[in-house]
Amino acid sequence: MSEQVTITLDGVECLVDPGQMLIAAAEQAGTHIPRFCWHPRLKEVGMCRQCFVEVEGPRGVMMVPSCTQPVADGMVVHTKTPAVKKAQEGILEFLLINHPLDCPICDKGGECPLQDQTLSHGPGESRFVEEKRHYVKPIPVSDLVLLDRERCILCARCVRFADEISGDPLIEFADRGNETQVTTFPDQPFSSYFSGNTVQICPVGALTATAYRFRARPWDLREAASVNPGTTAGDSVTIQASRDELIRVLGVDNDATNHGWLDDRSRFGFQWVTSPDRLRRPLVRGADGTFHAASWGEAVATVAEQLRGVIDDHGPGAVAAIGGARGTNEDAYTLARFMRSVIGSPHLDARLDDALGSRFLATLAGRGRIGDLEKARTILLWGPDLKEEHPTLYLRVRRAAQELGATLIVVHPRATGLDDRATHRFTYVPGSGWDTLSALMAGEGEFAAARAALGEGPVVTIVDQTGLVEDPLLAEAVAAFTRDLPGAGVLPLARRANTYGALDMGVAPDLLPGRVPTSGAAIEAWGDADLSEGLDTRGILEAAVAGRVKALLLVGADPLRDVPDADLARRAVEGADFVVAIDCFLTDSSSVADVILPAAGFGEKEGTVTNLEGRVQKVNALVPPPGQARADWSILDDISTRLGRPMGLQSALAISREISAVAPAYRGVTWFLLDWKERDGVVVPTDSGEQPLQYVPVAPADPTPTKSPRGATFALHLSRTLYDDAVLTRQAPALAGLAGGGFAGLNPADVKRIRADQAVTVEGHRLPVIVDPSLAPGTIHVPFNQPGGPLFAAGAVVRVEAVEAEALDA
Amino acid sequence: MTELRVLTARMVEHPTDSHTLERYLATGGYEGARASLTRTRDDLVGLVKESGLIGRGGAGFSAGMKWSFMAPARPSYLVVNGDESEPGTFKDRQLLERDPHQLIDGMIIAAVANEAHHAFVYIRGEYPKPARRLQQAVVEAYTAGYLGPGIFGSDYDLELTVHLGAGAYICGEETALLNSLEGRRGEPRLKPPYFPAAKGLYMLPTIVNNVETISNLPHILTRGVDWFKGLAHGEDTGTFMTSISGHVNKPGNYELPHGLTWRELIFDVAGGIRGGNTLKAWIPGGASAPWFVPDRHLDLEITKNVTDANGSMLGSGAVIVMDDTTDMVAAAERLVRFYAEESCGQCTPCREGTTWLDMILRRILDGAGRAEDKDLLLDVSDNISVGLAWPPRQTTICPLGPSAVSPIMGLVEYFPDEIAAHLATSPLSGAGGAR
Repeated sequence: MSEQVTITLDGVECLVDPGQMLIAAAEQAGTHIPRFCWHPRLKEVGMCRQCFVEVEGPRGVMMVPSCTQPVADGMVVHTKTPAVKKAQEGILEFLLINHPLDCPICDKGGECPLQDQTLSHGPGESRFVEEKRHYVKPIPVSDLVLLDRERCILCARCVRFADEISGDPLIEFADRGNETQVTTFPDQPFSSYFSGNTVQICPVGALTATAYRFRARPWDLREAASVNPGTTAGDSVTIQASRDELIRVLGVDNDATNHGWLDDRSRFGFQWVTSPDRLRRPLVRGADGTFHAASWGEAVATVAEQLRGVIDDHGPGAVAAIGGARGTNEDAYTLARFMRSVIGSPHLDARLDDALGSRFLATLAGRGRIGDLEKARTILLWGPDLKEEHPTLYLRVRRAAQELGATLIVVHPRATGLDDRATHRFTYVPGSGWDTLSALMAGEGEFAAARAALGEGPVVTIVDQTGLVEDPLLAEAVAAFTRDLPGAGVLPLARRANTYGALDMGVAPDLLPGRVPTSGAAIEAWGDADLSEGLDTRGILEAAVAGRVKALLLVGADPLRDVPDADLARRAVEGADFVVAIDCFLTDSSSVADVILPAAGFGEKEGTVTNLEGRVQKVNALVPPPGQARADWSILDDISTRLGRPMGLQSALAISREISAVAPAYRGVTWFLLDWKERDGVVVPTDSGEQPLQYVPVAPADPTPTKSPRGATFALHLSRTLYDDAVLTRQAPALAGLAGGGFAGLNPADVKRIRADQAVTVEGHRLPVIVDPSLAPGTIHVPFNQPGGPLFAAGAVVRVEAVEAEALDA
Repeated sequence: MTELRVLTARMVEHPTDSHTLERYLATGGYEGARASLTRTRDDLVGLVKESGLIGRGGAGFSAGMKWSFMAPARPSYLVVNGDESEPGTFKDRQLLERDPHQLIDGMIIAAVANEAHHAFVYIRGEYPKPARRLQQAVVEAYTAGYLGPGIFGSDYDLELTVHLGAGAYICGEETALLNSLEGRRGEPRLKPPYFPAAKGLYMLPTIVNNVETISNLPHILTRGVDWFKGLAHGEDTGTFMTSISGHVNKPGNYELPHGLTWRELIFDVAGGIRGGNTLKAWIPGGASAPWFVPDRHLDLEITKNVTDANGSMLGSGAVIVMDDTTDMVAAAERLVRFYAEESCGQCTPCREGTTWLDMILRRILDGAGRAEDKDLLLDVSDNISVGLAWPPRQTTICPLGPSAVSPIMGLVEYFPDEIAAHLATSPLSGAGGAR
């Protein structure tokens, strides 16, 4: 930042940052200039004309809109003169003449800039005696957003957001003059993954969300700071509740993470918290094979008794835990301590066989930050479609490429949401990624320009498996190549919000709390514990099928839905002798458990979470859990007591102190610090001296020859989508109908070749065919976990057969 | 009073084929374009500056000065504004329809001077025939090698595109025109940048000139600056084209020398007021110009400076004459309604204010006016055009909003009695009107 400039604001000299508009500079100096169209994250348009101020210039005092006037050194500005007041009030009157003033039935009432400014300096009476503009109100512009054109003041915030920020220019102005109105295009709803942001930034009640309409008045809401539970980006949010019911989630502008934006799943997904299907009491499967509601005493006793039996008969290694990536760090730490010290088993994993290596994710040397995207010259994105899986990160990458001029290289088996902003785009048949990487590294042929761009730092690389069944070592190899590029930072991705926190807390077969390797020094607070390397999720599931793991603890995990090889997950969970699930819902997996313990969810418990950068942030409790549901840590603590090895944990705060003491990377990360000093969170170090583990990714090997699929054998690209059939999405009414459904995407040549123009079977499961020219021949694209879609033994290569015409009618 | 035919000479002398290439060449055509190819940019810009050629689109800005503001970035563009949509203006229509090669000739000169290799003509959507004629001429010019790669056998490439608008007055505003040409909504851009010469079409340096302005260039190049300046009266060089409409005996387009008075224009050139009626008022430079009235303005000279000094403008050269049968409230309402309907809707004061003004005028006309309506008209106007000053200090992005204020100012200043007469018929005015 260059040096500050001096302006005289209403007679007072102020130092402000250069390069901003006067309206922002005045705000920096503590003077709020009224505005409607101006928004700090959108380009200025000077449309509403509300922000007039007077600026002294060589040609006398000029009345200018402060949102389009760049600040300059020595500028003399008046914001409160009679002339300014007259202009501002005149504009306000213009905005009000056609406004319906239906504040008493408007959701925005009480938090409405138009209402606030009218109250503070608007006229008491209207001089407008004619009929106001009338429109049908409201009209749906998408499944989630309604538009009331009578309330609209035509500030273009929504239009600009959709065009500039989310890249879905699906709403626009139509007509002109007095009849100008916001509209969608014919037969094209505003079906943006980011539509909810327009509701949040609308300065009047013109855009409302179906999920919030008529649910509350702003003055009745209580609120708390939290972190988006929908992605690993650690987006800052405010959660709001009315009558102890979570009712709204708003994005909070945080430079470090989301810039205030949220995707619609993150914004509306919280609805599962208030679902009537939430588990309220422990359920224990009786002798007759059905569940009955039990007291906590009975449930915990049953769990302890069964676990004791398994440990006695088969040893502690016959107990394993899967999950823990959806809770807080405090919950995860407790799970790690419970498994390794109370049970004495090293078999635990927060990943669900759909992630990169735990040491790679948690302790990668050269990990970058989201903020690095702001100054990146080149961005390499070799991972999932960010728009589907990491939508808020997608917005940051989009901004970097579109507004900040970064060169974006996208490598993915098919078209992605960022292709329109990519300078270089490469696709490959899943399985042949190693060849693609070798070619990119060598800068051969079509890769020459991209390779040259990678020589221009700073380079940010975003890596993960492009699909759920891709070799995770490929992503590591990409990271290994790019970490040596100039100014490199690598952002490895993972699914489920607190995966990084769980790994940092030691919910991994090869990690101990604070990014310490297994077989490291003993942990004093844990006493006698198994600190050896255990099995990961796939290993646990295979061991359960083989009968070596007898008892399974599922912590907020639904392996039947989440593990790509659904067949393996089913056999393992159904085959285990004893399954206990700590969960909020009866899921496919928990419903085959022996005991289900109801867990507290998002907004119901306090703690910390860690994002993909290693940024630790505080989440807060705002509403009580339903019924007798409790935080994971307290459930595990009870079981430990019953097992005769009490952990003696008193509170989440006490656990956080224990984490600080036990986990080297988390030393000094206190709730006090996060609550009061570092509201944007703190990034925990990856290279502290006390933390001996620093993971260097697997270097790219010579490409292993890959067989190009022949005949009707296809390379599978199994992708996650933003909306799917996962339990938390199904339980949010706003999102429940939005999943696209299962299909098989095929290249047109393949469709012709196997004569599958309507439907195919994939490993015996029938799916409708969608022609997708962006796929390389020999690839089949199947979205994962769709309503009505198959859950099958997904492997790298699958058998695909066309469905005969006569069978189509069946 | 004699007309002075320069731009309109060919169409008057050869009314049947003035639009053809054959006729154009037979009357010395394209010599200006050829000559421009041998000269440097500085040379050409200097020449036009020296000629004193004033832009004929309405703002009255020196064409050469505009050219000299051209930013160094390339490519640059030339855009000819043929969106002649100011009510009462129809001079460019004739130039487009009846002497299109004169325009193309001038465009080549302007493009060469401004190093543009792609030129556009934006014609208003209501002008299908002029667009057709120009397109025909463009095809002829391409075929003859005057447009396209290596024009006139030189190494200079020039493409020319004719674009028809979709019927919006605001697209005559040069930045709205550029937005429209780019395929966006026709809405004026924010200033700064003040001049498209800095950032114009596709945010690249762009010269936007009016049809009449460009049509002057071949004459300046072939007959010389001295000849052009020789036509001058005071600071106004060349000729000026005016469209006279309304209550005169001989409405139409006239190309005239500078230095006439309004009395000469209305009573000599345009043949006086129809039916022996009395002149009541006239709009001197397009519908957005403040009104002139006989007892104050009839003997003023028709020059830019004199008109500006008397609180109006020559604008687009359109003169609308109103006789004593005119209801001035109705006239003002019709003008304000035009601006309300043509407001692009982008900025608040224009979108809401112009419609409101029209509603007030309409209720006065409908016999439902209120005693406070005159003050309300003035105060709403003041919120669009601060202090009701001339030239306007607008609260809007472009001058369209203040254009709706001009008729109201004229009405209130010169014809307050007519407002009072309408109010007297209203039961709501407190004037004891008819029930």
